[in-house]
Order: sequence, then structure tokens, then C-alpha cells
Amino acid sequence: MKKKSLWQTLTGSREMSLVAVLIVLLIVITILSPSFLSPTNISQIFRNNALTLLMAIGMLCVMLTAGIDISITSTLAFAGMTIGMLQKYDVIHNTFLLFLIGTGIGIVCGLLNGVIIAKAKVAPIICTMGFMYIWRGMAYVVSGNAWASGADVAGFSDFGKEGSPGPYIILIVAYVIFFIVMKWTRFGRKIYAVGSNAEAARISGINVDRTVISVYTIMGLLAGLAGVLSVSIYASAQPNMQYAKEMDVIAACVIGGVSMNGGRGSVAGTFLGALIIAIIAKALPLVGIDAIAQNLVKGIIILAVVILNVITQRMMDHQNLVRREM
Amino acid sequence: MKKKVLGLLLAATMSIGMLAGCGGSGSADTSASTDTAATTEEAAPAADTSSEEAAPAAAASGEGKTYALVTKSAGNAFMELLGQGFKEAVEASGGTAIIKDPASATADAQISEISSLISQGVDSILVAANDENALQAVLQEASDAGIKILTVDSDVAANSRAVFVNQASTELIGQTLLDACYDIAGGEGQYAILSATSQATNQNAWIEAMKAAAEADSKYANLELVEVAYGDDEPQKSTDQTQALLEKYPDLKVICAPTTVGIAAAAKVLQDSGSSVKLTGLGLPSEMVEYIGEDDAHSCPYMYLWNMIDLGNLAGYTSVALVNGDLTGAVGDTYEAGSMGTFEVVDVNGATQVILGNPFKFDASNVQEWADKGM
Repeated sequence: MKKKSLWQTLTGSREMSLVAVLIVLLIVITILSPSFLSPTNISQIFRNNALTLLMAIGMLCVMLTAGIDISITSTLAFAGMTIGMLQKYDVIHNTFLLFLIGTGIGIVCGLLNGVIIAKAKVAPIICTMGFMYIWRGMAYVVSGNAWASGADVAGFSDFGKEGSPGPYIILIVAYVIFFIVMKWTRFGRKIYAVGSNAEAARISGINVDRTVISVYTIMGLLAGLAGVLSVSIYASAQPNMQYAKEMDVIAACVIGGVSMNGGRGSVAGTFLGALIIAIIAKALPLVGIDAIAQNLVKGIIILAVVILNVITQRMMDHQNLVRREM
Repeated sequence: MKKKVLGLLLAATMSIGMLAGCGGSGSADTSASTDTAATTEEAAPAADTSSEEAAPAAAASGEGKTYALVTKSAGNAFMELLGQGFKEAVEASGGTAIIKDPASATADAQISEISSLISQGVDSILVAANDENALQAVLQEASDAGIKILTVDSDVAANSRAVFVNQASTELIGQTLLDACYDIAGGEGQYAILSATSQATNQNAWIEAMKAAAEADSKYANLELVEVAYGDDEPQKSTDQTQALLEKYPDLKVICAPTTVGIAAAAKVLQDSGSSVKLTGLGLPSEMVEYIGEDDAHSCPYMYLWNMIDLGNLAGYTSVALVNGDLTGAVGDTYEAGSMGTFEVVDVNGATQVILGNPFKFDASNVQEWADKGM
């Protein structure tokens, strides 16, 4: 019990340090580009980065169990491409049904990841690497070397169109649900328990395998949902969509203070981390950094924030130790 | 029960996916890096009956030979059309076409495809290069093995290949795009370019040509290029970059996107936000149908492209001519490209090229028709 309260204080303060980083970042950007915080810009930040924001929640769950999932953007592409093709060849045009199918594909992909990792004890990075190729390959197979574009997905793309509340509603609902689940439900606590110490969790009666399978399934669900959302927002389905963007999602979590070793991280921190990534993506072209140097600057900012995180963490650990001795 | 339903769903989507695969392309070439080989027995008689006097002669010339095409990457609708045209031309000449789609749009992926083609012992390799210089060593190796090398769509260094089959001359594309910006902007004002990646050979050449054309004539003096942005051919990044352009340059009049992914992403941003900024560039009709129109409700008055099937066709006939010796790749060489007529090798800044023709204009009157053709 003592450990838990210590953990809570830590994450509480860590989020504060992220808020500080965010404020500094925003001040710098606003000086360079005064209109950055306009309502249009803010809504575009959330809309254009809805996929990263959404998948970061799933990645948080996975990383809390000391796992990782690098197959997410492949799942996204498979789900997105499938619903793109369903529309291109006029099979289904019902938005709700398309969301259901895309999310369903995501759930199946995630479930397979979970079962193989939990039951066959394959290392998460290896298992999801395999599926990274498989689902990306499926996206190509499904596409048959064709793309779905504007006219094909007309109607459906209204959901994610600029000015439509769709993507924002999905984001808000997802974050509220997971904030509650991770903080106040048994399932949420089980995830933390499995990640902190799997053996102890097992002894205390938690079905570790089932928890692991659940988190990968959740990840898959969110990746599938992100795939559908992507097609709706960009009115385009290409098999290479969001290629290599899983790193943005992992970076969002790491910036948000989620530990790669499991057991540590929060929904609020993840949100702040993803928001920092989103703001960087939006701000870089605006503040006059040369296009070819934008990735370089992005990398430097990510590393700087993570190093700052580690230093704050260490200082807080130290302070807490001192306090406990007294 | 839940699992059963999910299983069914997956099965359904997979089978739909396969149907989609059949509907989407004439060739069986669906997954990353598979061969599309056609037998000569079927193709040769078809050529005899279908086309005019040039075809039977050509049919004999390609007999028993194998012609390879290495595209930029799998899953690229643009390259699919190129491959379709290439295959038609090769089969009409009685040869066998092999089309390799690298898994990713990188030079590395192309190098491994070319290496495997060398060991397969093909007669010619046609490449749409992902990098201007990185393919040099492997192309030299192929050349040493007696394989004829040529490029299409995006060139490599001139000494690495016999000839480059160019969609339209770089200068002409630059001039055409600049004139489109000039026309849409009404003769003066700011315009920006939204490109693919900063290393894309063809994009950079076109942008340079636009700049050169702007300097060459004083009538463009009031037209100001404010920025070249790079959307990396990703919808998300292209969207970010387009919005950034709108934000940074409130007086912007025109965006020119000489890349199919970029123009579609920019068209959506402009049209959805009801911006007064107009768009032109190079785009695929099927991707742009929604956005092309003269009125304010559409973001793109007109755009350009070339006929990718024709380009593939020409590249196919050029492969055949190179292998049977009708063509050496020297400046002034002329050869028959099946039903397309006679083409001549020209020198453009020290690089030997065959040029398909002028960029083709797509506007509200013809875009639907071309989209229906699958382009």
C-alpha cells in the first residue's frame, strides 16, 4: 500500500513537469508564430493528430504490462485499406457499419498479438514485429495496387471532415473512458499490477495471461478505429498509410512518462505526451524551420523532454527517499 | 460466440479483399514483390489480329525475350498503370513481361529486385528510380551481364542507363505549371509549391524548371514563390504543410503540388475549409474528381498529368527496341514504338531521353471521363 501512494505522488508531480514543458513550448512557438493558439489551429492540432492521440492510450496499456506493440500502424493500414476498398467497390457505404468492420479487424489483429504473447510467451517486440509485416502485407493484398480516394469515400469522409465534431467526440470519449478505467476500476489496477510485478500479481490471484491478452486487444481495437478515422479524415486509403508512425505513438507515451519497464504511466501523462508530439508536428512548418531540418528538430525536442523527465524523476525519487527516512 | 462473429468478419473482409484485388487490376500482381509473367503463346496471336502493320513485325522481334520493369513500390496506383501499359506493349511484341514492385519506395528495395533479375537472366531492365545515384553499382553489374538498362518516370545518372523514357520534358512541365499558377493567380501575387520528399529527383527537377521559367520571362515578375514545402507524399504531413502555408501567407493565391498524394491532400484541405486559395499541379483524375471545378465550391480549377498507360506502352516498346538493336540510345536514333509511331532520342542537358509528349490538362470537362478509365 505504501508503494502505491508513493507511485501516485510521483506521477502527479511528473504530470506537472510535463505541463511546464508544454507551457514553455507554447510560449516559444507563440513568440515565433503569434497566431499559433488560434481556435482553428488548436482544432487542427487535435484533428491531424487524432490517430496518434487515440493509439497512445492503447500503447499506454501495453507498455504498463512491460510490453510494446509495433504492429499498430500496420493494423491501422489493414483496417483502413479494407474499409476503403469496401467503399471503392460499392460494397458498403454505411458509416456506422464501416466503423464496426474496421474496429473489428483491429480487435482480431490485437487479439492474435495478445494470445501469442501471453500463451506462447513470445517477446512482445518480436511477435508484434511479425504482425507488423503481416498486417502491412494484408493492407497491400487488400488494396490490389489500387487506392481509395476522395470520390470513393464521399459521404463517409464527412465524419472526419474539417468542422465535423466526429474525430473530437471519439477522442474525448476514449480519453474519458480510459481515464476512469485506469484510475478507478479493478481492470485498470490489474494492468498496473501485472506490469509492476507479474509474479506477485499471479500469486495474488490475477489472471496475468488474460490481462495481457486484453491490453493487446484494446490496442488492436484502437488501431483499427484509428484506421477508419484516418480514411475519414484524409479521404484517402493507401496501403502505406501512417507507415513508421508507430514511433510517434511510442514517443508520445515515453514523453508522457510511461516506463518501458512497465507499471508506471498514466492516461493524463500520455495525453500530455501525445499533445507535445502533436504540437511539435503542427508548429515545425509554421515557425520557419527549413523543411529538410524538421525531423532533426523533432528528434532533439523529444530527447530533450525525455531527459528532462528522467532528471525530474530522479530528483523526486531522491526527495521522497529523504522524506521517508525522516 | 463473440469470437465466432469476429472470425466471420475477418473471413468476410479477407474474401472481399481478394475480390477487390481482382477488380482493381488486370494483372495478378497484388502482393509486394511478385512476378507478373505472361506466356508468349497467348500474346503473340492477339497482337497479330489487334493492331496494324507495325505489330506483326514487332511481334517477331520480341519473341522469346524477357523484359523486366522495376516500379517505385508496390501499392502505388500510378505505377500500376505504368505496369499495365508496359505489359501490353511487351506482349504485343511477343515478349514476356516481368513486373517487380519493391515492398517499399526505397533504393535498397530496388537494388535487391534488380539483383534477383540479374540472376534470372532477363534481357532488359526498366527502372522507375527511387534514387538518382544509389542504383549505379547494381545497374553497372546488370549492364556487365549484357542486360539493357533504361529508366522511366524518374531517371538515374545518365551513364548508368541507355535511355530515359520521359513523360514530358522537364522544361515543358515547369513552364506548364508556372503558366497555370500565373493564370489562376491572375498574373500576380504569391504562390507556394507543395512537393513530395526533398530528395525526389523528378519533383526537384520540375521545381527548378518552374523557377528557371519564372526568371526567363519578365511577365512573371509579379508572381512570387513564397515557399517550397515538403509533404513527403503522406496525407497527414501534406495536410499539416498545406495548413501551415495558409496560416503563414494570408495573401497566398495559388498552391502548386506536382505530386499526386500532395495535390489530393491539399485539395481536401482547401475545399473543406472553403479557402479562397486555389490549387493546381500534377494529379490523378480518379483522386481529384471531387475537387476539380471552375466554381468556388471546388479547390482545383485544372491540373495536369500524362497518360501513364501510354508512358508504360512507350517504355515497353523502347525496351524491345533496345534489346533487338533497333535502338542504341544514341542521340538521333529513331525507332518504331508499335502503334504509337516513331520516336527519336534527344539530348536534354547531356542526358539521352525519349519524350512521350505534352502534359495533358484535366479540368471539369474531362476529369470524370478519365477517372472512369481507371486513371
